[in-house]
Amino acid sequence: MSADTNMPGRAERQFPAGPPQGKLAPSGGSAVREATSVGAQFPAGPPQGKLAPPGGSAVHAVTSVGAQFPAGPPQGKLAPSGGSAVHAVTSVGATLLLQVRDLATEFATRSGPARAVDGVSFDVHAGEIIGLVGESGSGKSVTGYSILGLIDPPGRVAAGSVKLDGQELVGMPRSKLRALRGRRIAMVFQDPMSTLNAVLKVSTQMELAMRAHGKPSKQEMRQRSLQALAKVGIPDPERRLDAYPHELSGGMRQRVAIAIAFLNNPGLVICDEPTTALDVSIQAQILVEMRTLVREAGVSLVWISHDLATVSVLASRLLVMYAGRLIEEGPTGEVLRRPHHPYTQGLIDSLPSRAAPGKDLLQIPGSTPSLTALPSGCAFKDRCAHATAVCDTAPQQTVAPPRTWRCHHPLNMGAPTTAQGTR
Amino acid sequence: MSSQTHFIGLNTITRRFASIPPFSERLAKRITGQKASTTVVHAVEDVSLSVAKGETLGLVGESGCGKSTLGRVAAGILAPTMGQAHIDGAAVMRDGRKNTTRVQMVFQDPFASLNPRMRIGDTIAEGPIAHGLVKKADAAADVARWLKAVGLDAEAAQRFPHQFSGGQRQRVAIARALAMRPDALVCDEPVASLDVSIQAQIINLFLQLRRDLNLTMLFISHDLSVVRHVSDRVAIMYLGRIVELGATEDIFLSPHHPYTRALLDSAPRLAADGAPVQDIRPISGELPSPINPPSGCAFHQRCAFAQPRCSQELPVLRSLGEPREVACHFPLAQQGEPL
Repeated sequence: MSADTNMPGRAERQFPAGPPQGKLAPSGGSAVREATSVGAQFPAGPPQGKLAPPGGSAVHAVTSVGAQFPAGPPQGKLAPSGGSAVHAVTSVGATLLLQVRDLATEFATRSGPARAVDGVSFDVHAGEIIGLVGESGSGKSVTGYSILGLIDPPGRVAAGSVKLDGQELVGMPRSKLRALRGRRIAMVFQDPMSTLNAVLKVSTQMELAMRAHGKPSKQEMRQRSLQALAKVGIPDPERRLDAYPHELSGGMRQRVAIAIAFLNNPGLVICDEPTTALDVSIQAQILVEMRTLVREAGVSLVWISHDLATVSVLASRLLVMYAGRLIEEGPTGEVLRRPHHPYTQGLIDSLPSRAAPGKDLLQIPGSTPSLTALPSGCAFKDRCAHATAVCDTAPQQTVAPPRTWRCHHPLNMGAPTTAQGTR
Repeated sequence: MSSQTHFIGLNTITRRFASIPPFSERLAKRITGQKASTTVVHAVEDVSLSVAKGETLGLVGESGCGKSTLGRVAAGILAPTMGQAHIDGAAVMRDGRKNTTRVQMVFQDPFASLNPRMRIGDTIAEGPIAHGLVKKADAAADVARWLKAVGLDAEAAQRFPHQFSGGQRQRVAIARALAMRPDALVCDEPVASLDVSIQAQIINLFLQLRRDLNLTMLFISHDLSVVRHVSDRVAIMYLGRIVELGATEDIFLSPHHPYTRALLDSAPRLAADGAPVQDIRPISGELPSPINPPSGCAFHQRCAFAQPRCSQELPVLRSLGEPREVACHFPLAQQGEPL
C-alpha cells in the first residue's frame, strides 16, 4: 500500500537501481549527489522501501535517537544507510527521514505561472536540524508548505518528489496525508495568534490534536498535554490548560503551538519563522528550549528563517534559497565562514555586525527579481559583482560533499576546509 | 544647558494610558455600588534624555518597554502626561498641539505609513506646501530633489505606493520626512520590516543622510546589531524606564545593568570570523505588566543578581563616574560595592 501504487512508473525514477544515474537531480553534478545520498540510502531500491530496521551498525552511533522513529509508521519502513560510507553529509550514518527531489511549486498569477520553488533537492536525517534561509519571496516557506501538501490552488506542486520515511507525499490522497500530518510531520507557523483557535481553550486544542490520531482517554490526554506544556517551558501548565489564547503572551502562545506540534511525537517538525514575531529574550528562551526538545525527542527540524544568526544557533546544516532555487548548502559553520555563492556572501556582509560601527555596510544592489520575470540564466546575475557572460546560462548544481552550490564563479574556494561539519 | 548638548531634550517625561472599562462593566459596578476603576498603563515613567546636535541616540528595548511611546512624545505626536519635550530649546508641543516641523518621524511599516490613494509626489509635497516651506509651483522640483536624495528616480513621483517594494517605500517615507526640512528625525524601527539585503541599503541611506544633512536622530529599534551600527550613544529601556545610558561601544563591550547584559547574551549573532554563536543565554521569565509594575526595580524578578533591596527600592539612574548612567543598586563589574 505504498504511494507507488498510485503512481506507476514513478518508482523506477525514484529508486534508481544503481547509484550514478543522474535522473533525480538533472541539474547536473548530480552523479555525485546520487552516489552519496540517494544511492546510498535506497540501495538497489525496491520500490516498496520496506528495508530492514537499523541493524545496530557502528555507523549509527551518532544518532541513537533516530532509532526511535522508524518504529512509527507502518506504511514505509525507513531504510537505514546500508554501509553508506559514501554519504558525506554531516549526519554520517543517520537515518534518512525526508528526501526532497527536484521540488517545483507554481502559482498561477495574472502575469503567468510563478515558480516559487524551482528544482529544490535536499535530505533531512533523523535528529538533524537544518536551517532554510532566504529573503521574502525566496520560496523558503513555500518549500515548507509543499512538503506538507499545504499548497492550495491557484498553486500546485508542479514537479518533484517528497519522501517521508521513503513514502511519497506528492500526489498522496488527502485522507492519507491527513493521517500523516500532525503525527509523523508537524508544522509551527510564524504567528501563533492565527495558528491557535481563539475561541477554544488550550486543553481543547491539544485534545483535538491527539484525538485526530487515536482514541486516548481523557486522563491520558490531560497527562500528555501537561507534559508537553512543561517541556516547552510553560510555567504552571495546569493553569494554562484552561486558558484561552488571548490570555497568554505572544511567547506563551508560540510555546503552546510548539507543544501541540510535538504532541504526537512526530519525526519531523517544520518551523516557519517561529520566533520572528517574538522579542529577543523570548526568542532566546524558545531557541534554547527547542534545542533541548530536539535532543531529547530526537525529532528532526527544518527551521525556516530570514535571519542567518537565529538559524545558526540551532541548525547543523544551512540551505540558502534565492528566487525559488537552492543556491548553496553545507554545514552551518562552513557556509557562514566560507560562503561559495556570492549571494550568501552578500547576505552575511550586509549584517550590521559585519562592519565597523558607523561605516557603510556592504550591500547587495537592487532587489529580488519578480518570480514571473526572472532573468535568464542565473537569477542573481543582475545583482552580482562577479557576474560574467557565462552567467546567462543557468549554473548547474555543483556537489562536493558536504557542500553544494549553484554558481559559475564560486567564492572562497582556495583555503582548505578545516573541520568537517558542526554538530 | 546649551542647545548644543540638549538639541533634543526630554525632561522628566511620563506618559500613561488610561483605559476605561467597557460600558457593561461600568454599569455592573454602578449597580453594585462600586466605583468603576480605570486601568492605567505606565508606558513611560520619568524619563529624561538629551541628544546633541548631529548625534544619533539609539533607543533599545523589547516590545512594551515604552520606546515607541517615548519616540512619539519626542516627535510631538503624543502629548506627555507629565514633563516636556524640547527641540533646540523650544517646546515640541504647546497646548496639546504640535508646535514645530523641525522634528519628523519615520515609521516602521511603510505599507501603513503611506496613503495608498495618493501619488508619491503628492504625499511628499503635501506637508511642505501646507507649511509654506515650498511654493506650489516649485513642488515638483522639490519632490524630485528629495526622491533623488533617497536614491529614487524623479518619475517615481507619479506612482502609487503599491507599485513599490518595501525597501523603496521606506525610501519614500524617508523622503517625505526630509521634505519638511527637519533638524531631527525620530525613526521608529525603520528597518525592522525589511529583508536583510534591503535593510543594509536603508541603513546606509540613513548614515549618508546624517553625514550630508547633519541630522540629529533618535533611532528606536529592538535589533541590537542595527542600533550598535548607527548610534553614537545608546539608551536601554525596560518597562517604561531607562536602565542604562552611555556610549555605544562602552555599553556593548561592558554592560553594567544586568538587563543590558542579559539582552546582549540572548541575541543570536555571528562571531567575527562568521562562525555561528550557539551559546546564547536567555533571560528567564517575561516582561511584567506595565499596568501593575513590580515594586522596586522592575527587573528584579528576572534578575540573576537581585537582592532583597531590589524589590523594595527603586534604583535611580545615576552616573558611574564615566559618561555612563545606570539604574541599578548592584551594577555589574562593581559587585558588592555599596552605593
